[in-house]
Amino acid sequence: MYKYDEYDRQIVRERTQQFRGQTERFFDGTLDGDDFLPLRLQNGLYVQRLAPMFRISIPYGMLSSTQLRKLAHLSREYDKGYVHFTTRQNVQFNWPAIKDVPDMLEELNSVEMHSIQTSGNCIRNTTSDQFAGVIDNEVIDPRPYCEIIRQWSTLHPEFAFLPRKFKIAVNACPDADRVAIAVHDIGLEIIKNSAGEIGFKVFVGGGLGRTPVIGSEIRSFLPEKDLLTYLDSIVRVYNMHGRRDNKFKARIKILVKALTPAKFAEMVEAEWQHHKDSESQLTQEEITRVKSFFTSPDYAQLENNADSFETAKKENKAFSNWVKRNVSSHKIAGYSIVTLTLKKVGVPTGDATDKQLESIADMADEYCFGEVRVTHDQNIVLADIRQDQLFEVWQKAKSLGFATPNLGMLTDMICCPGGDYCGLANAKSIPVAEQIQLRFDDLDYLYDLGKIDLNISGCMNACGHHHVGDIGVLGVDKRGDEFYQVSLGGRSGRDATLGKILGPSFARAEMADVIEKIINVYTENRTEEELFVDTFRRIGMAPFKERVYAKAN
Amino acid sequence: MPKLIKNNELTENISQTLDKDFSGKIDEVLANKGTVLTPKEYWLENSEQLAGKENIGIWLDSDEGPEELSPHIEKLSLIAINFPKFADGRGYSYARILRDRLGFKGELRAIGDIMHDQMFYLKRCGFNSFAVREDKNAEVVITGLNDFSECYQAATVQDKPLFRRR
Repeated sequence: MYKYDEYDRQIVRERTQQFRGQTERFFDGTLDGDDFLPLRLQNGLYVQRLAPMFRISIPYGMLSSTQLRKLAHLSREYDKGYVHFTTRQNVQFNWPAIKDVPDMLEELNSVEMHSIQTSGNCIRNTTSDQFAGVIDNEVIDPRPYCEIIRQWSTLHPEFAFLPRKFKIAVNACPDADRVAIAVHDIGLEIIKNSAGEIGFKVFVGGGLGRTPVIGSEIRSFLPEKDLLTYLDSIVRVYNMHGRRDNKFKARIKILVKALTPAKFAEMVEAEWQHHKDSESQLTQEEITRVKSFFTSPDYAQLENNADSFETAKKENKAFSNWVKRNVSSHKIAGYSIVTLTLKKVGVPTGDATDKQLESIADMADEYCFGEVRVTHDQNIVLADIRQDQLFEVWQKAKSLGFATPNLGMLTDMICCPGGDYCGLANAKSIPVAEQIQLRFDDLDYLYDLGKIDLNISGCMNACGHHHVGDIGVLGVDKRGDEFYQVSLGGRSGRDATLGKILGPSFARAEMADVIEKIINVYTENRTEEELFVDTFRRIGMAPFKERVYAKAN
Repeated sequence: MPKLIKNNELTENISQTLDKDFSGKIDEVLANKGTVLTPKEYWLENSEQLAGKENIGIWLDSDEGPEELSPHIEKLSLIAINFPKFADGRGYSYARILRDRLGFKGELRAIGDIMHDQMFYLKRCGFNSFAVREDKNAEVVITGLNDFSECYQAATVQDKPLFRRR
């Protein structure tokens, strides 16, 4: 994991002092609310429906046990004893007082955390694969490049006031994409060219929100040394030419679409020629320096599938179910990757209490070299678990409510905070998630259904990624009432696809019935090997539409 | 109260900014005390008459890029960039192009919605002159120039990124 040196510490310290000054000027009246707004947003502070919301950055999802304990402490001290993990690998406090935020920041700084650019029209936290560094089929560990991007984008003087927010994601896994690079403003795919050199395939202009777009490739191979100068060029073209007259048309995807990806690429290339050989060109020393923070921990010499592990699976059906669903294979023999699910029925998706955070920290220290990762589908990963300790880890996780073996299943939904918390939402999303979780509580049935992404957003901003779920649910406002529009056939990751709208929207009370009808159409039509997405692609929208909107006799 | 911060010092802002549709007599305006900022179009149309004059400069609005000034850059001593709202960040890129690409060496002034919190960023992008927003105390605003003592990335001021220095 990256460790701050004196430079990093000084920069976050000075940022906190700057924010303390801004907060003081806000309270003494020399900085009015309108002027304070973009400033506090750049520091992750929103004023929400019920209270301020304060978003903390978790660079590419990596958290240490010390940081987890600090979050637990802050949630107790300044909030109501819980936090919310977001769909962009960040974490939020829902009830802090504005005046306390500078003190919270100082505490966060002490464990090498901050809230810089977690909101506002600037470059946000760079996200990456939650399995980075521990799977054997990645081209190279993407995290050092994410850290290099983090440093470049932090307090970038030219790009603090972009037309709109700007999100970058990095993937290095050739046969999977757990970060959804196709729906980011910039998606970077790490690849090797025929000479074996590392570089990036560059995509721009992807995004969700009210105009969902799949990103376009603008460069097939960017050498690693050119990463920052090329990013500078893309963002400069966007900063100068992106629309500022309408915030719904201000994202880079609209510019790329209006110009065409080819023309946009040409403009970036022209801009890049001016500074590709500048001092911002990466040095091998820097790449090596940053890589040195992401070395392998001290793994034990083990064999895969030790006897004790195999026996435990045979003797305990529930354990073996959990292993099947929530445990993934690791590049080191005798180790596995565990995903703890934060999706228990009755608990808002992604929420964790102070006690739970501390328990996760304890588990990380005891079993996982003191580190965890946060995933974009709002779960927690313990990336380095010895297989002969999996049973123990499962028992602990179960007692803490983190071992619902539903990873990737219908009830492991992505869900934004919705109208219960968020000032932008048209409708509540948490009660819909709960209704569906209660309806589908038979685990054997869920396993039989296989992998289905159900994504719920409370409004067009699409924080719940509803466009790219097999089943997407979007909260809409109809003459002051909350309704839900359903879409089918979306997909994130490789061959990302946007879902299509099923038809007129539904009242909240109908939602579990609607989802059940959709699932029934799938189970009645699928062939043995088909997942939901395959059946949908084969039979199309019509049978689903027919069933859901059939008149009751 | 002084409202202009120039080369890290406070001074009076004695200048007039001509509207984009200015059609009056420029000689009458120039007879007044202080500096005159003309719209870009006006200056380009009258460049032969105006180039090289001491007390005259150009102002660019936030939707006017600086590239067209390229052939005239040697003859210009003052360029101002307008920030109609401080959340409109186009001027930062214009400033960097003027300094890093077109080689502008004169006074580069930020005008419009200029307050404390942009000062450090503006300075790094090459501004050395700041016309502070009317309702703000320039003595406080000037401290914003030193909000940070270190930065990660290269810019016009400090063109070596931290990774080449750490």
